[in-house]
Amino acid sequence: MTKEPATSENVSAEQPPQASVPPGAGNGSLAQRVLRTTLLPAAAIVLALLVGAIFIIASSPLVDGELNPMLPLTAYWALVSGSLGSLNGIINTLAQATPLVLAGLAVGIGFKAGLFNIGAQGQFLMGALATAAVGVSVAGLSPFIAIPIAIAAGMAAGMAYGFIPGFLKAYTGAHEVVTTIMLNFVAIQLVAYIVSGPLRGAEASFAKTDTIVSAALPILIGRNGHLGVLFAALAVPAIAWLLFRSTLGFEIRTVGANPDAARYAGMHPRALIILTMSIAGLLAGLAGSIEILGQIRHMPAAYATSVGFDAIAVALLGRAHPVGILFAGLLFGAMRAGAGLMQIQAGIPVQMINVLQAVILFFLAADLIVRAIFRLRADGGSVSELQTVTRSYGEQVAK
Amino acid sequence: MDVVYGIPIIGVVFQFIGYLIDVFPIIAPTIVGAATPIALGALCGFMNERSGVVNIGIEGMMLTAAFVAWWTASLTAQLVPSDVIGPLGISAPLLIGLTAAIAAAMLVSLVHAWLSITVRADQIISGTIINIFAVGITGYLNLLVSRSAPPSAGQFSRWETPTALADLPGVGWLFDAVLSQGPIGLALLVAVIVMQILLFRSRWGLRTRAVGEHPEAAETVGINVIGLRYRNVILGGVFAGLAGAYLTIEFGNSFQGEMTNGRGFIALAALIFGRWTPLGALGAALLFTASEGIQRAVRFGPPEGALGEFLSGVPTQFYGAVPYLITIIVLAGVVGRSMAPAAIGRPYSREKRERRAAAKPDAAESTSSS
Repeated sequence: MTKEPATSENVSAEQPPQASVPPGAGNGSLAQRVLRTTLLPAAAIVLALLVGAIFIIASSPLVDGELNPMLPLTAYWALVSGSLGSLNGIINTLAQATPLVLAGLAVGIGFKAGLFNIGAQGQFLMGALATAAVGVSVAGLSPFIAIPIAIAAGMAAGMAYGFIPGFLKAYTGAHEVVTTIMLNFVAIQLVAYIVSGPLRGAEASFAKTDTIVSAALPILIGRNGHLGVLFAALAVPAIAWLLFRSTLGFEIRTVGANPDAARYAGMHPRALIILTMSIAGLLAGLAGSIEILGQIRHMPAAYATSVGFDAIAVALLGRAHPVGILFAGLLFGAMRAGAGLMQIQAGIPVQMINVLQAVILFFLAADLIVRAIFRLRADGGSVSELQTVTRSYGEQVAK
Repeated sequence: MDVVYGIPIIGVVFQFIGYLIDVFPIIAPTIVGAATPIALGALCGFMNERSGVVNIGIEGMMLTAAFVAWWTASLTAQLVPSDVIGPLGISAPLLIGLTAAIAAAMLVSLVHAWLSITVRADQIISGTIINIFAVGITGYLNLLVSRSAPPSAGQFSRWETPTALADLPGVGWLFDAVLSQGPIGLALLVAVIVMQILLFRSRWGLRTRAVGEHPEAAETVGINVIGLRYRNVILGGVFAGLAGAYLTIEFGNSFQGEMTNGRGFIALAALIFGRWTPLGALGAALLFTASEGIQRAVRFGPPEGALGEFLSGVPTQFYGAVPYLITIIVLAGVVGRSMAPAAIGRPYSREKRERRAAAKPDAAESTSSS
């Protein structure tokens, strides 16, 4: 609890050498900095909602049979009231945001180390699979033992699945973007095989595991306000501490900013890359674990989820900062929670959420449009700050 | 034969080869059909990545094109019904659908080009945006459109391989499998050969390779890096458009949400496995889909004896995972490394040319002297 205002001096002292520090970032009071860094994401969201509105009006003849300029208002109102209009809506928003925040952290911590973890989806699935396997087999144990074991299994599986691309990147130079994409599809096949084979439940009419009983996370409040929500709430400060207050976090950020400088300073880029990918896998695995134990309580063979991909959007919108990821996760969680009501009340298909997410990301990536429209100064808050993220596939990693 | 197959271990290998020789004429058309959209997607990736632009948005481009082809063809068939059907099942609605699909994929490619070349945004992010957007917009429109259950405009039909070729002993089945295809499948064969020759034998190919390997050097000899990248990325959209249209107006005649089902990513894998060449990518696509084809053959008619038991025991999902696993292995350099164009993923900026060259130790002398 430091009351001392963050001056530019002690902020920059703990910043690792950044390759592209935007001019002006790190100056001014905390409030000013927060305002500056949130302006661009906020502007992108507003613009995306406007584009979405135009899109809804344009497609309204397909929805209502006639052009309806008021349809966006109906749709957005349903979206808001579905997610925030009632206690159950708010709880559902939190429950939907939970896996997004955890998987978003998994992508975000990768960004900090200069790694693009597209594999959150696969790590999520492996975490879910391991948790389901353990959760089904510990049905006889007390929840106090069953829950920790099941969650630990999910985290371990996710961690192992994150370790693989990290190891390949560190020791063979295989680019993590490609290996994680491939591993996502391997995970889908593995889930399909294990759940429709060895793990297939006896009573189910389609391929899924038995229902998880004792390892299921207790519902604390409302319809689906399960214990896992607290895990996400705790993970955010934990990762923030790890990144910004621990030596390991400093090293991770340094490797992300400049692997050569990190090596010169006596750090071990290879070990850090592997460790970061493993931590990322652990977080995504935890997300899968919680989703299984808290939300659906069984594992289908054809588990259709987009959490791992939405997590990329969450991490980008949250600018790879844990607090930013929390808010981005809440926003996307709210959209998911309200989408159902939007489809019922306004007749707008839930896929509208994907369109909005993509357009938000578009405006973040093409920040020059946003800056031109809102006359923002060119400082902070843009995705281009993350440009250290993707290095070439072919480039060898620092030894 | 039974005597040969009876030899321990090697006998099983012989039996497996014998089995493949037996089933290949039967499964070959399926393999070629499944490989076509993947190879076309890989050609799209080829156009991007050879000029130094990463494209992980092939999946989204294909999905968009698949929807646009189906929807436009269907709308045209409703508005201007006509019964005129040319050779290969070519009709006005299908042609318009095909054109619209190519245009849509080129438009998406233009966005990708603008984001990754002009804005110099992260190219992986740009691809991610395209994939998310495509799932959203096609799912959204498909749900709205399918409420009125629009009729299908049909699909292209296959070319009849001349019997003189198809009946050739021993290799006739091969000609039949490769040539008995609709217009898009046939276009792929032409495109692969043409692109392969252009890449290594033409001025365009040399320039493209130069821009993909070392844009700074290319610029010094007067190549317009930005312009060439734009052109190649947008032209790559043509192939993604063909790949998408193939799914909805040639291979099938309807659209389902997220129907590309990872084909765009297998295309990326095929491109890498094929070492960023058109012929290699086609070969990789065929190899990947052969894995799936063999799995089906085993399911419907497994070989006899222990080999049959073994093959039937391999989970079907394993065959599905093979393309991805071998891509990882190749990328990791376990069995011969597949190297990407050197400048891939790196946005090019004329002003930053000197600064970036100075940052590279190997290029330091050349800039310090200038």
